[in-house]
Amino acid sequence: MTPAISIDGLEVVFDRFRALKGVSLEVKSGESYGLVGESGSGKSTLLKAIAGLVPVKSGTITVNGKTLGARRDKAFYREVQMVFQDPYGSLHPRQTVDRLLQEPLAIHGFADGEKRIQQALDEVGLGNGFRFRYAHQLSGGQRQRVAIARALILEPSMLLLDEPTSALDASVQAEVLNLLEEVRRRRQLTFLMVSHDLAIITHMCERLMVMQNGEAVENLTAGQLIGHRVEKDYTRNLLRASEGFVRTA
Amino acid sequence: MSGTLLDVDDLRVTFPTRTGLIQAVRGVTFSLGRERLGIVGESGSGKSQTGRAIMGLTPPQALVSAKKLALDGADLLAMPARQRRALRGKRIAMILQDPKYSLDPVMSIGRQIVETLRTHEKVSKAEARERALAMLEAVQIRDPSRVFDLHPHEVSGGMGQRAMIAMMLIAGPEMMIADEPTSALDVTVQLDVLGILDRLVSERGMGLIFISHDLRLVASFCDRVIVMYAGKVVEQLKASELRDAQHPYTRGLLNCMPRIGYERHPLPVLDRKPEWAA
Repeated sequence: MTPAISIDGLEVVFDRFRALKGVSLEVKSGESYGLVGESGSGKSTLLKAIAGLVPVKSGTITVNGKTLGARRDKAFYREVQMVFQDPYGSLHPRQTVDRLLQEPLAIHGFADGEKRIQQALDEVGLGNGFRFRYAHQLSGGQRQRVAIARALILEPSMLLLDEPTSALDASVQAEVLNLLEEVRRRRQLTFLMVSHDLAIITHMCERLMVMQNGEAVENLTAGQLIGHRVEKDYTRNLLRASEGFVRTA
Repeated sequence: MSGTLLDVDDLRVTFPTRTGLIQAVRGVTFSLGRERLGIVGESGSGKSQTGRAIMGLTPPQALVSAKKLALDGADLLAMPARQRRALRGKRIAMILQDPKYSLDPVMSIGRQIVETLRTHEKVSKAEARERALAMLEAVQIRDPSRVFDLHPHEVSGGMGQRAMIAMMLIAGPEMMIADEPTSALDVTVQLDVLGILDRLVSERGMGLIFISHDLRLVASFCDRVIVMYAGKVVEQLKASELRDAQHPYTRGLLNCMPRIGYERHPLPVLDRKPEWAA
């Protein structure tokens, strides 16, 4: 079976700064894969490189068997959609939810927009009542639901999730994580999810990659991480830090 | 624990808006000794407004009232603005979330620390510099004389937050309010900064109010925890007894976070009851 994403020796350079230093990765179709690391580790850059939002210096990205060039075509964005971290920044402030959801449909020439918008809103647990609201009339969790609906409305096979819950309260985070798991199960989606929170990644993903300074530190299964069967000190430090503050007497 | 430092009784903060009055804080009561007290709640629970009201940083259009809001017996709400200003920074200090926004971007870190010190104490420039350098060293900045001359944009988040702690502690306050001091930092840096804060606070016998949305972090760092919901305190308990929390909101908050090694699909979600806010 062809892997959903296959990345080989990916290099991303901003001016003289090497944000990604030859990263390789393979995500199976239908898998949920996590990228963990601290700020500046390159985890978000990797996601953006796949989405075509940052220039790639060298290396190849293959999605569903097709090697991507410098430009992404329309067909690519039907397959691959992204959900961003900040639900306050990723929705157009002067468009209603309805208008926001119509845009991808118009671009891709879907005919039955009316039905799809209703379905998409139902799927993310927002009723029709939210359809003609603006982003500022929604809470953070509701906005992130709209962002997920906008990603799902094109029926993609893959979602790129960039810290989708880190701007949300813990209780709302649980709701959004549950929603993501549910749509993944229902539609058999492939997830590539970025987070700084090891607990979220082990909850959501089967396999993961720990990153630091633009490089892969190690590849693990969720089970290995849970069982603390990790090789590198860096991962061990992250694990320890995620357990909270320990007073040294 | 010796004596009460801060006494808060029935604190209320109200914001007038076009659609009527919004009560951000509705009758919060607690007292603080020389201890670490955590205030936990989700966004909009009034935890930050509580901290700001104690500090006297509530926006001018809002109304603050309390049966009692006293630092060491001195009524904070009744005292003249000038007196309260002298108190701020000298006896009560505050650390904010993101050093990127809370430090002055056009002033070197050293000058900001010196300015704080010279506002509150009559010291010579040379002595102020000495003390600022010593303070930077106390927050585990390795090369204090280099960092002294740097501007906030030239340092990392962790370093900026250490500089902020140095600035807040230099005048030797008795009490500190830390409003999400580590939320903008990476997890490993977060622990370093907490370690520094912890050591300095206990060395100096200060009272600390630690405001955070992260219940688990607060439980591991503080002695006592206050849980807020919709402007009210729903539960007060010892951090060590958090596991036995009674209020469904506290339990829900603890429960809904994914934990490494505890598989739960789907995650339990909070079922908010209107009577919690009543």
